[in-house]
This record gives sequence, structure tokens and C-alpha cells, in this order.
Amino acid sequence: MKPTSLTDEQMDRYSRHLILKEVGPEGQIKLLRARVLVVGTGGLGSPVSLYLAAAGVGTLGLVDADVVDISNLQRQIVHTTADLDRPKVESAAAKLKAINPEIKIEPWLLYLDASNIAEIVRQYDFVIDGTDNFATKFLINDACVMAGVPFSHGGILRFDGQTMTVLPGKSACYRCCFPEPPPAKAVPSCSQAGVLGAVAGMLGTIQAAEALKFITGVGALLTDSLLTFDAKSMNFRRVKLRKRPDCPVCGEHPTITELTDSERGACDLL
Amino acid sequence: MEIRLNGEPRFINMAKLTVAGLLEIEQVPSPEMVAVQIDGEIVHRCAYHDTVVGDRNEVDLLYFMAGG
Repeated sequence: MKPTSLTDEQMDRYSRHLILKEVGPEGQIKLLRARVLVVGTGGLGSPVSLYLAAAGVGTLGLVDADVVDISNLQRQIVHTTADLDRPKVESAAAKLKAINPEIKIEPWLLYLDASNIAEIVRQYDFVIDGTDNFATKFLINDACVMAGVPFSHGGILRFDGQTMTVLPGKSACYRCCFPEPPPAKAVPSCSQAGVLGAVAGMLGTIQAAEALKFITGVGALLTDSLLTFDAKSMNFRRVKLRKRPDCPVCGEHPTITELTDSERGACDLL
Repeated sequence: MEIRLNGEPRFINMAKLTVAGLLEIEQVPSPEMVAVQIDGEIVHRCAYHDTVVGDRNEVDLLYFMAGG
């Protein structure tokens, strides 16, 4: 379904978008036609998917192989106590459809790996990284760079968050900043480190805003920079990055030319 | 010498300082948990002991964050 105009009900539902001169009916129609993949329906994926569904993003792909655990509910606000043990993609899809019945949800009840990710990301206009481990974060970067699919990187820990938007071939990628994953032994246990629930919401809503800006073409994206914040001091900082000619995946002579699985670090933050 | 560390001015009472030394002063628990950028260039992880931090360098310590 490729909408070319808005119904009366849509004019009401999206009226606060429509009165924004930067969005308007044209921008809303772009949102209705857009396809966004949200990888992980946890701390970041919850606010991202809720806002994208409410905004009328026409098709949302949701990737997650996990079921809802009671320790998720402190921050993963798309899930409820009644959803315990239910697959997260199913639980999330029900809430998103309840908010906005006219959007389409494509559930992917699986973990992304080197064998399936390329096929999945190329079906979407924009990808949200809401994953909880370095292996998948690097895999999403590499697959999106190779497929030319823009994405938003996001990471949280304790009271801190970081995010950057990547336009493959045009702006710095995750590996331009972090060339390789940290060794497994250097990765602290996320369940021990903890995270303030609202930090997931702060970071996820930034990622959702970036997706909406990308689709509608409004404003300037968070490219060539890493936005970091510390909720304890409420200091936000934008570190400028460069697209590196020697980047192992998006540089002039890439050394990573095919996707491989690195070890998925144990991390049950999500 | 004075550097800018993560955007803040920082006086270092040393004549010579390597990236590895800075990470020690900053009590970064594991050097492998950060990416280090000096004046816009990422320092390769294996060069932390050989890379000197100079007066007025802008140094950013960018932490890996895996949580989602």
C-alpha cells in the first residue's frame, strides 16, 4: 500500500505533524510509506517503536528472539507484567497495533547473524540499532554500510548514553569511531553494571527523532558525530567524527568485505 | 601542559605523557573499553603506549556502550 493522500481520520490523527511546516501532509505521506527496522525490542527498541508507530511509520520490522523477563520491565516500556514469557516481538506488536491499527508490523523472531542480516536490512529504508551486545552492533554497522542502508547506532550503560546516525558512503560509520569490538574479557557484565531505566527512554527517543527526520528530510541528522550524555550531570556532548579513509569497512581500501559473526558477549541489559 | 579532555580544559603536570599514561591517570578501568581521539584522529588501540599527548591537544575518550 503506497498512500498518496491522507484520509480525514489521518488528518486528525497526525494533525500535530501536519501543522509543522517542515513536515506537513507531504512529510506525513513519506512516513506512511516508510519502512523502518527496529533491531531489539528492549530498552531502546521500546521507546523507538512506540514513537515510530504513533508517528505513522507505515511498516515497522521488529527483530528479537527473546521472551519478556520480569527484569526487563524496569525500562522496556512496550512490555507489561501480563506479557511475561511472551515473545517480545509479539508483545510489542500488540501494543503498537493498539496505538496505531493502520501500520503494518513485520515480526522477525530471530537473532540477526552474518547469514541472515543482509537479506533483512535491505528490505528497509532505515535501521535502528537497539541491541544489547557488541557483536550485533558491529554486524549491523557492517551490513548497513555494505547494503547502503542508513541507520542509527545507540548504546546505553549505567547513567550514560551515546548515539550517532550513519549515512553509508557519506558520513562516518561506527567503525570510523570504534574500529573493532573490545575483546570479550574487557566487556563488563551489563547485568552487574546496571542502567537507569529512563536513560533508555532518553536515548531511544533521540533515535526515533533521527528516523523521523531522515524519512521526512527535516533538519540536519546526527552524522559525523557521536552524541553522548551523562544523566547524572545532564551534560550532553557532541564529539565530532570524521569518515576515515582507513576505516576497515567504509574506507578506501576496506579489509572487511564480507560479514562474519564475532562472539556475542553475554549481556542481559536488553 | 594543558590539554582539552572531553571538552574540558585539563592541566597535566608532566612534561611527557602517552595515551596509555593518560588512561592510567584517568583511571580508565580497561584501555580496551575506550576509543581515543586526538585532534580528530582515532588512535589505534595498539599505539597507546607510543602515542604522545601534546600541549593543547584535544583528547576525547569515547567509551564503548553495549547496552540497549
